[in-house]
Amino acid sequence: MTGQPLLDIRGLCVSYRTSSGEVRAVQDVDLALRAGEIVGLAGESGSGKSTLAYGVCRLLRPPAVITGGEVTYHGRRAAGGTIDLLDATAGQLRSLRWREVAIVFQSAMSALNPVLRVGDQIGDVIRAHTSISRDEQRDRVHRVIDLVGIPRNRLRSYPHELSGGMRQRVMIAMALVLDPEIVIMDEPTTALDVVVQREILAQVVELKERLGFTVLFITHDMSVLMEISDRIAVMYAGRLMEIADAATIRTAPVHPYTQGLLGSFPSLRGPKRELAWIPGSPPDLTIEIPGCPFAPRCPHAAGRCASVPMTLEPAATGVVHLTACPVRNPANAPAGQHAVAGTEVGE
Amino acid sequence: MSAVLEASGLCKDYEIASWPRRASVAAVRDVSLQLEGGKVVALVGESGSGKSTVARLLAGQERPSRGRILLEGKPVDVRRRRSYRAYKRTVQMIFQDPFASLNPAHTVRYHLQRALRIYGTTKADEAGQLRSLLEQVRLSPPEPTLERYPHELSGGQRQRVAIARALAVQPRVLLADEPVSMLDVSIRLEILTLLDGLRKRLGLAVLYITHDIASARYFADEILVMYSGAIVERGTAEQVTQHPGHPYTQLLLRSAPDPDAFGQALQRSPAPARTADTPAGQQGCHFSPRCPLATDQCRQQDPEPQTLTASHLAACWHLGAAAEHHRQARELAAAAGDVSAVQATSPVRLPHAP
Repeated sequence: MTGQPLLDIRGLCVSYRTSSGEVRAVQDVDLALRAGEIVGLAGESGSGKSTLAYGVCRLLRPPAVITGGEVTYHGRRAAGGTIDLLDATAGQLRSLRWREVAIVFQSAMSALNPVLRVGDQIGDVIRAHTSISRDEQRDRVHRVIDLVGIPRNRLRSYPHELSGGMRQRVMIAMALVLDPEIVIMDEPTTALDVVVQREILAQVVELKERLGFTVLFITHDMSVLMEISDRIAVMYAGRLMEIADAATIRTAPVHPYTQGLLGSFPSLRGPKRELAWIPGSPPDLTIEIPGCPFAPRCPHAAGRCASVPMTLEPAATGVVHLTACPVRNPANAPAGQHAVAGTEVGE
Repeated sequence: MSAVLEASGLCKDYEIASWPRRASVAAVRDVSLQLEGGKVVALVGESGSGKSTVARLLAGQERPSRGRILLEGKPVDVRRRRSYRAYKRTVQMIFQDPFASLNPAHTVRYHLQRALRIYGTTKADEAGQLRSLLEQVRLSPPEPTLERYPHELSGGQRQRVAIARALAVQPRVLLADEPVSMLDVSIRLEILTLLDGLRKRLGLAVLYITHDIASARYFADEILVMYSGAIVERGTAEQVTQHPGHPYTQLLLRSAPDPDAFGQALQRSPAPARTADTPAGQQGCHFSPRCPLATDQCRQQDPEPQTLTASHLAACWHLGAAAEHHRQARELAAAAGDVSAVQATSPVRLPHAP
């Protein structure tokens, strides 16, 4: 799985220009999506994970401004080709959205129009982005609704007549109806209870295997990401803190923030662990933070954290595990400093 | 120790049609529970299982169709304003959404002051009381926080204000309806630990309503699992989470995210879709339409609670078969997990070169 990534984000910066100053919501983020993988993007509320996703799709409106970086889409289809998303024209964007990159929005209740039948809403997506015949439109809607396991007679329902899980499935169906290459899922299961959540996650994985799309899965719940993702990127205060495959993040996290996130959810299986949360709260993003933004909350913070450049470096030679932590990074620090009190790493 | 708040045989029917024929939904069916000082009882179940209705019944916001609620051994009467207020002095509620439960037009001071004044704190004591409330919920520094509006606070801070408001009347019972499910996973633990400290220090009886059974394991002494309005299993937290008896509890536990199953462990068979509201007077086990082990007996006879071990009860006709089914399902899942662990460690995919 080497070669060109499908979506290449480099040095992306997004700010909100508000009356109280510039909020640097996304700062210098590098992230690449490769065909067929599920990349998890983890972070607390306000860490910039949704802003990153919407920035990539050019869905942000003022006061949000993309202040730097580049996003390149390397479509495998003839129609797509290589597109620089940040320079794309309105026409290019229209042909790209939904056909190449689709989004499953956070809250299915507010993302669906309450006064339109769900079948018509899915049809609208097709009409807005293609010019195929009515019969073909109907066929597509039927096919995609079968895929997500909703009975066809439900197409005539209004959103309020569906359960939360069904609404979320409609959103997924809507994202898949034009067979996109990339599906961005923004907290698709956060409002659902665990049984429904598991059904939806299983369905996402199964559909991905069948249709071969690529997923960027955004959530604050690390335990969900562990199960579904191939790779996990951890975001804090607008910056990427660590990227590695799911098993490595679980068993050998390097950045103290990742370790903190992993120590903070209760486990169901095995002996009870000592739980520890991360004290303090995220920084004010209107103030420019030199060095590591996590340093004020970090148990390992040292003097150089305040000035170090936040670039992702390999955690060890020959390992594909990038971290931005200057102290914990074995490339800089003496070996054998891995476990942090309160988290049982690699349990 | 005797129960502070006790419910026995609680039922709530909601009428959904009156013409041409009366029809009702049984939202709560025969729920009995005891809340003791210094103990946490967790009520676990999916959306629509009736857990919030139980909280509203216990809070006196709705009246049960049948059944009794006893506060310190005396029947609760909340029909008159005065008696309702007296009841609220002992039993307080914390709601799920701290964005909706605080008034956006008022400061933190107003929210807390109001609770204090209604319940008769003199103005002289007020300043000290406000300070001590904020200290109890670890909102510091107190002075600037008091003048803040809800939108200036984070979700976790807002929920602390809601907790402080509930504590203002010095209640003996806290009914916490999904107090952390709107918050980030990383903040949930902080709020739960705060509640845990408060119930120990103040000897509060806590009802913790949640759909997250893993947090109930850590936070509760007793877990009650609710399905379709009835309690299907009850026991100590470890009994219920480690040796679940009822097929529904087992499904709930298998559905919970397992951070140690890296990728692909999602092939575990999903449950059939949830059935619609169960009409009142339906015969048999309400879980039977979704249960892989359901027999004719299940569809006809409502199961009685069966004793698994002391203090651990489950309402299922086929506990033996259920235990075996759960064991097999977990082994299958473990096998799938092993495969994925191997896949996850084999060829590593490069993010673009640094």
